[in-house]
Amino acid sequence: MEEVRRIMAELDWSPLWISMKTGVVATVISFFLGIYAARKSVQAGPRIKAVLDGILTLPMVLPPTVAGFFLLLIFSVRRPFGAFLYGNFDIKVVQSWAGCVIAATVIAFPLMYRNARAAFEQIDINLIHAARTLGMSEFRIFWTVVMPTAGPGVTAGTILAFARALGEYGATSMLAGNIPGKTGTISQKIAMVIQDGDYLTAGVWVGIVMVIAFGMIFVLNLVLGRRMRHIKRW
Amino acid sequence: MAIEVRIHREFDDFKLDVQFQSESRRIGILGASGCGKSLTLKSIAGIERPETGKIESAGKVFFDSAKKIWMPPQERNVGYLFQNYALFPTMTVEKNIGIALRCGKKEKEKKVRDMIERFSLQGLEKKLPGQLSGGQQQRTALARIMIYEPDMILLDEPFSALDSYLKEQTQRECLELLQDYPGTVILVSHSRDEIYRFSEEVLVMDGGKAVIQKTVKELFEHPQKVAAAKLTGCKNIEEIVWKDGKHLYVPGWDMVIPAGMGNVGGAQAIGIRAHEFTTERTESDGELVFPVYKSEVKEDLFEYHVQFFTSERAKTPVVWKVSKKLWDVGEKGVPKRLHLRREHILFLERE
Repeated sequence: MEEVRRIMAELDWSPLWISMKTGVVATVISFFLGIYAARKSVQAGPRIKAVLDGILTLPMVLPPTVAGFFLLLIFSVRRPFGAFLYGNFDIKVVQSWAGCVIAATVIAFPLMYRNARAAFEQIDINLIHAARTLGMSEFRIFWTVVMPTAGPGVTAGTILAFARALGEYGATSMLAGNIPGKTGTISQKIAMVIQDGDYLTAGVWVGIVMVIAFGMIFVLNLVLGRRMRHIKRW
Repeated sequence: MAIEVRIHREFDDFKLDVQFQSESRRIGILGASGCGKSLTLKSIAGIERPETGKIESAGKVFFDSAKKIWMPPQERNVGYLFQNYALFPTMTVEKNIGIALRCGKKEKEKKVRDMIERFSLQGLEKKLPGQLSGGQQQRTALARIMIYEPDMILLDEPFSALDSYLKEQTQRECLELLQDYPGTVILVSHSRDEIYRFSEEVLVMDGGKAVIQKTVKELFEHPQKVAAAKLTGCKNIEEIVWKDGKHLYVPGWDMVIPAGMGNVGGAQAIGIRAHEFTTERTESDGELVFPVYKSEVKEDLFEYHVQFFTSERAKTPVVWKVSKKLWDVGEKGVPKRLHLRREHILFLERE
């Protein structure tokens, strides 16, 4: 116990902030991209939908290291696009916090997309038809009728995306690396201290990440759940 | 207020090819499930898009494939009452009614208030659709349509989701609420009672086509087509074979019937409503006598439902329905013969 208190007192908290920042930003990006993609997918014809769906879901079914491989192919400063970004805009994705966000977004996106799509597909098409005959614009229909009705599915997607982004390891370590204080996320920290055989520090971080994950999901459920009282309880 | 519809759309296994025109304020579209009546209504509202044709209402062109005109549903000002009412599940009654209204907050509140009173929804303002009864949901949906004063209202099987007790009451309410509405109303239904109560003019649809257009009274008296006779509730419909100009043979009943007068030359079938048979002589010229050879009786709440064969060689039974007050089959038994006035035979065309 004495040992744990000592570790807590001397702890470098930077992995927590990096993970939280990455998780939040990646979730916000996946939220909008996922909803946009889900909407397009629901409106598309069956063949386009099948192709679109396959591509958009790949990052979820493939090992994260495969995503990391592709991300490196794109963003490495030795590759055309990466060199272009670095040369013209001085943007470096590899070994940077932007890399953390991109890796986490790519991995978390399919969870948002799939859940939103499933929720949109469940919506009674007559609701949208009714809204149209009532003279509501497509934009308004989407934000006042479709989104609230799809609330539970979208919420589930958001929570899962956040959880996934928070814990992302494989693609992040390849693209962003593990630079303490810059790209060193909690998951990477845990892996690193385990390699040093420091189980106690790893345990402390495991505890922290569990508390955060549970807390976030609990709060999100509570807040969004209040707006879903039209759903009957079992 | 006039409406003109001419639409064509092809599917893999179904072809919609409807054409009609009407000046009536209350139009009923009667047809069996899957005859394309809902699709016709949705095309008028702009929810479905026909391949070719033209839809015009009160001088406003909704759709004209020749001129490449397509007015989106948002601009048509047509109210549509869905079978399941399509109330927005996350919004309260109040919000549902006011959602599409574009005006100042004060005015909106007042209009919503008015609608809630007019449709007797007081006390339900803050309720969600899932907490309402079927009738309340329907009134909310109607209020949501009426608040923005549409030029036309389309009712898509509005009572089919209700149980029979509620149905009659809701029908009455709905008709009363629509009474003062000045625009055109089109009701789509497979129920002859609904159509009979509601419409001035009726369009009968069968297999994606409009087969007949008549006033309600005319349709029920002279259905003219087999499909129309069936939809208006005629139980006995049989193929006929013309013997000579004056007689016809009904193979299913193994009966020869004098054709009588009138212009019935094109008929390929006859129809007799199950209530028209009498147990006593009708004392009319050339009345028909149906011998009862073999019968089967079913008892309903207020009437008997008798199926009988006219002879040993008859293949299809004749259906006779009689009120218990007129002839209590349970006590008196099935008569040896039944009588029918000749004018109660409906001459029908196949197509």
